[in-house]
Amino acid sequence: MSPRPVVRSKRARGIISKRVESISPSGIRKFFDILSTMEGAISLGVGEPDFVTPWHVSEAGIYSIEKGYTMYTSNKGLLELRQELARHLSSRYDVEYDPETEILITVGVSEGLDLAMRSIINPKEEVLSPDPSYVSYGPCTVLAEGVFVPVPTTVENDFKVKAADIEKRVTDCTKAIIIGYPNNPTGAVMERDELAEVAEVARRNELIVVSDEIYDRLVYGVKHTCFASLPGMKEHTILLGGFSKAYAMTGWRVGYAAARPEIIEAMTKVHQYTMLCAPIVAQMAATEALRAGDAVVKEMVADYDRRRRVMLKGFNDIGLACFEPRGAFYCFPSVKVTELSSNEFAEQLLVEEKVAVVPGSAFGESGEGYVRCCYATALSDIEEALRRMGRFVERHR
Amino acid sequence: MKVQSAIGGCRGFGGVPQLLISPSPRGEGAGSEVNNMNKEVLKALEKDARATPEQIATQTGLSVEEVEKTIAKAEKDHVIVKYKTIVNWERLGEEQVQALIEVKIQPQRNVGFDAIAERIYRFPEVRSVYLVSGTYDLAVLVVGKTMQEAAAFVWQKLAPLESVQGTVTHFLLKRYKEDGEVLDGGGEKGRRQPLTL
Repeated sequence: MSPRPVVRSKRARGIISKRVESISPSGIRKFFDILSTMEGAISLGVGEPDFVTPWHVSEAGIYSIEKGYTMYTSNKGLLELRQELARHLSSRYDVEYDPETEILITVGVSEGLDLAMRSIINPKEEVLSPDPSYVSYGPCTVLAEGVFVPVPTTVENDFKVKAADIEKRVTDCTKAIIIGYPNNPTGAVMERDELAEVAEVARRNELIVVSDEIYDRLVYGVKHTCFASLPGMKEHTILLGGFSKAYAMTGWRVGYAAARPEIIEAMTKVHQYTMLCAPIVAQMAATEALRAGDAVVKEMVADYDRRRRVMLKGFNDIGLACFEPRGAFYCFPSVKVTELSSNEFAEQLLVEEKVAVVPGSAFGESGEGYVRCCYATALSDIEEALRRMGRFVERHR
Repeated sequence: MKVQSAIGGCRGFGGVPQLLISPSPRGEGAGSEVNNMNKEVLKALEKDARATPEQIATQTGLSVEEVEKTIAKAEKDHVIVKYKTIVNWERLGEEQVQALIEVKIQPQRNVGFDAIAERIYRFPEVRSVYLVSGTYDLAVLVVGKTMQEAAAFVWQKLAPLESVQGTVTHFLLKRYKEDGEVLDGGGEKGRRQPLTL
């Protein structure tokens, strides 16, 4: 039988929704393709720890499988884990959440962000967010039929967002602010008083603040401020956090959202119909991570800090001006001295010197002229990458 | 590959350089001053004994002079015992036999176990000696080229010692992890996606 001729009907042409078509794919695919066929390349383009999950946490996961914990949990997640989280947030940040009604276990912050946006955004409502910032804030807003409004940040202010710059962009349609400090890609951290000014703008304009605090534990010489712990802000904040970065658990896919009951109820509704629950093994392992205390986190943070100093000094020495990042595990040096765009810089560096970095423009317009470099990389690789980048800058300046 | 060569047991190139840090400082009254020593410098050296003072200064945020001073003092006070390399001799096809020997001792008046421990640790075949609690007293790690050589040490040198009441010899069949280093490890690092946002 001969195959049917392909008919391009009206319906076939429009098969993908306009909403999804309007989202651009990730800007790093091309680098990924070059990199995966390359021998001897060093990647500073990774967005996750280079530690494996601490063994006692992995072992708790293995034990839970052995014991037959292989089924669904309640939609909100294991109560023990929610209780541990409530204790953790209370002792660490002095903010109180009811584990029964104010905490939801999610499949990482990624799901938490999607749930938050779908739960609070009506069509055409606007969401403000510092630029550059994590790549999914914009698309998650658009998928919830909202309008994403970037708020530029600059190196002059160490890529911290100014409350006044947020307020300037508030309209009658503004519904929320997504804020993510310590910041991916810049490594910027905002101090308590600076965040308090943002909180004031949110309060004045009755905005919800979605605070992505996935990097909360990875700060160097500064204290992390939990946005919900600012006076009166718990009611107006959706706190998103997780285990991926602090406990090197990216592949387990487990995180949480904490907010007032009506918001958690709404998010749980979306979660129950789309995800049902987070994987039980990951939830058991996460419970162990919280119960076992801080020693392993501190050790990893000290190790990142050593490498942070090496990379920061290295960039400034080779002529790529870099402000001091105080959180996450990224340096965000300027490549303007080469007069290449951040995309050209990243592509030519990969081809000429086999070092992969992520163009800052992948994280928003204000990231143009910068590249993101991850120091969760072996010290010897960081040093070799710096030598190669030094040669590259010499040739191109 | 973990090992290319090891030279003189000191800051060799190739294997995993290792820093031995003495558990408690030597000498009377040295305690508090030695404890004030910058531990970050020692931690950096313990991770990589080949790290230069310049590299350690960058990692810790101290000046090169401060780092050099700390290292010099730590060496002088015997806080840093020695710089050496963990070599995976098996990968070079070198035959080497190790035996862990449980030794039951009759303690001696005044000196307890120390005198007999010293008699034992002075033998060059002995790599480590520990006083332990439990059913025996000293745990002795012996290295030899062959099983006969290691066994001969036990029946010729160790067992005949006056206060040794008995020995139990365990030959090591395989080394998995030594001094915190997984000997055939390192495979875990390459599993990340090369680029992620």
